[in-house]
Amino acid sequence: MANREQWGTRIGLVLAMAGNAVGLGNFLRFPVQAVQNGGGVFIIPYLVSFLLMGIPLLWIEWSIGRFGGRSNNHSTPFIMDSMDRRSFWKYVGVFGIFTNIGVAAYYCYIESWTMSYVFHSIIQTFTGMSQEEVAAFFVKYVDVGKSTTGIPFESVLFYLICLGLNTYILSRGLSGGVEKVAKIGMPLLILFGILLAVRGITLGNTGLCADCDSHVGMNFLWEPQFDKLLDLKVWFAAAGQIFFTLSLGMGTIQCYASYVRSKDDIALNAMSAGWMNGFVEIVLGASIVIPISVGYLGLDWVKENAGFSMAFQTMPYLFNQWGAFLGSFAGVMWFGLLFFAGITSSLAMGTPWMGFMQDEFKWSRPKAAFTFGLLVLIMGLPTVFFFQEGFFDEYDYWAGTASLVIFATFETILFSWIFGIDRGWKELIQGADMKVPVFFKYIMVFVTPIFLIIILLGTLITPKNGDWQKAFTEKYELDHGSLIGKLTHSNIVANRSWFADRFESEVSGIVTDAYSDQKNHYVIISDETGQVIKTYAQPITKELAVSVGDKVEIATPLFRGRFVNPIFYLDLSRLMLLALFIFISVLVHKAHQKRKKIKRIYL
Amino acid sequence: MTTAALVTMISVQALVTIISGYFFWKILTAKPKPEPDSYSEE
Repeated sequence: MANREQWGTRIGLVLAMAGNAVGLGNFLRFPVQAVQNGGGVFIIPYLVSFLLMGIPLLWIEWSIGRFGGRSNNHSTPFIMDSMDRRSFWKYVGVFGIFTNIGVAAYYCYIESWTMSYVFHSIIQTFTGMSQEEVAAFFVKYVDVGKSTTGIPFESVLFYLICLGLNTYILSRGLSGGVEKVAKIGMPLLILFGILLAVRGITLGNTGLCADCDSHVGMNFLWEPQFDKLLDLKVWFAAAGQIFFTLSLGMGTIQCYASYVRSKDDIALNAMSAGWMNGFVEIVLGASIVIPISVGYLGLDWVKENAGFSMAFQTMPYLFNQWGAFLGSFAGVMWFGLLFFAGITSSLAMGTPWMGFMQDEFKWSRPKAAFTFGLLVLIMGLPTVFFFQEGFFDEYDYWAGTASLVIFATFETILFSWIFGIDRGWKELIQGADMKVPVFFKYIMVFVTPIFLIIILLGTLITPKNGDWQKAFTEKYELDHGSLIGKLTHSNIVANRSWFADRFESEVSGIVTDAYSDQKNHYVIISDETGQVIKTYAQPITKELAVSVGDKVEIATPLFRGRFVNPIFYLDLSRLMLLALFIFISVLVHKAHQKRKKIKRIYL
Repeated sequence: MTTAALVTMISVQALVTIISGYFFWKILTAKPKPEPDSYSEE
């Protein structure tokens, strides 16, 4: 069965592309990045990065996709193969399927939280809860063994519903499924966003604390700190934000664009989808979380707690302040908005796998959709069950961060230098409904690859706390969050084996308390001044190995018994991702053999 | 809000809204290409 997918309308394609880019990060990552990196002045490196890296990369990915589609290739392994016949590129293209399955595995879990929180907003679960109770609700929710509604394995159930919904929509195809969701989801997302942003901007002084004023929050976000413009960290943060917000380096844009015919426009479509994402991020994203949070909790609280978790652990409490009905309505809007942002992205993640299986193995659409759901389920269930053990974060880093930068760097080099910018440029401007400024040709050849190589190096050898200034002018120290730091588990100083018969201290100090209750043993380690450094708790089935007054060093045993250390889960998650990459590479190899057998001509 | 913050916010948000609106309007008003094109419903 040949792959006969087609977009229904141009607007549908643009909305689906914008939906692919618009994700939870537009509402949660952007404002936090802005406040941490110069406030209003952050927009300067942000827009410069958009101009020099974002727009060129969007055009590169759209062009690569449409070029591949011409020879009936709809996923990056054989799209890249059609651009350069050396085998290497096929396997680089594996990233364009691997990343999507790896990211969908945990992304669908976040999406299921938004779905569940819409449900809880409707049944008014959060009404009357304090800030601490709302935060505790989330912790309980992600603890698989506990239930917030009495439904056993509630978080697993919502995950399965969410994944099932994604699979069903994907099985309906591009125009019948993905595009329909984008046409409903994107306008609703923007409407909900506008309503909440208006509320955020007009909230003003709530009188709950000295600086509980949404305008203080907006000031915090937009006050330009011009001195930060000289800080390299700010430029890195802005380039990273542009890269991730546009869903670049994933292989989804290429897949969507591969269904566009050569005579139809891609240049204007890419600009429109890219700027629509910018609108959602800069206009709506900046006007909701920070202003409303400062309005009710004050600036100091936000400075300390600003981050991704605010969406689930704080926002329901803030909406509570508007009364039961309005609070519930606002909750539905907020989590509904996040749900639409999530589902339009997760659907995009399904299409490269489907395109690949339909193209190469002639699978039917439902079969391809079902296997995508199954793969995501196999990869994703550990993120649900071992969320607390760090499975989720590992997937996010390796599949959702490092892989994207690596893939984008390679595809840019392929497009601009190997395929050739002249052919690439011709592909971009063919059928264009806008005049593409010629200077972008030179940006694509020189500036964008340099930008990406810098980001790649920055990811590889991030200095401590991302402080490049200090790294260049004073002393360079590797950050634990850098790729090399992550790879070597540089942050794990003790308990470095998967299984052990002792649990070691991760800090040095003096045991100031060691006691047991009915459930656990506790050990409290303090410094010489008596300041508590770390508290450890282990089940009563283990054996205490220290007593009060003992001096402990890093790796001194604190408990004895049988232990499975966190490093086991981290390595297991990496092995699963590696297995996925190898599995897709084998499929690509098989597909290549098949092509050779039937002498399929590419161009 | 300080004047600097207010001016930054309004100018940036207005600029982004106008550019986004402009490109979307261009999509809405672009002449469709002759058939067969990429879109089954147009």
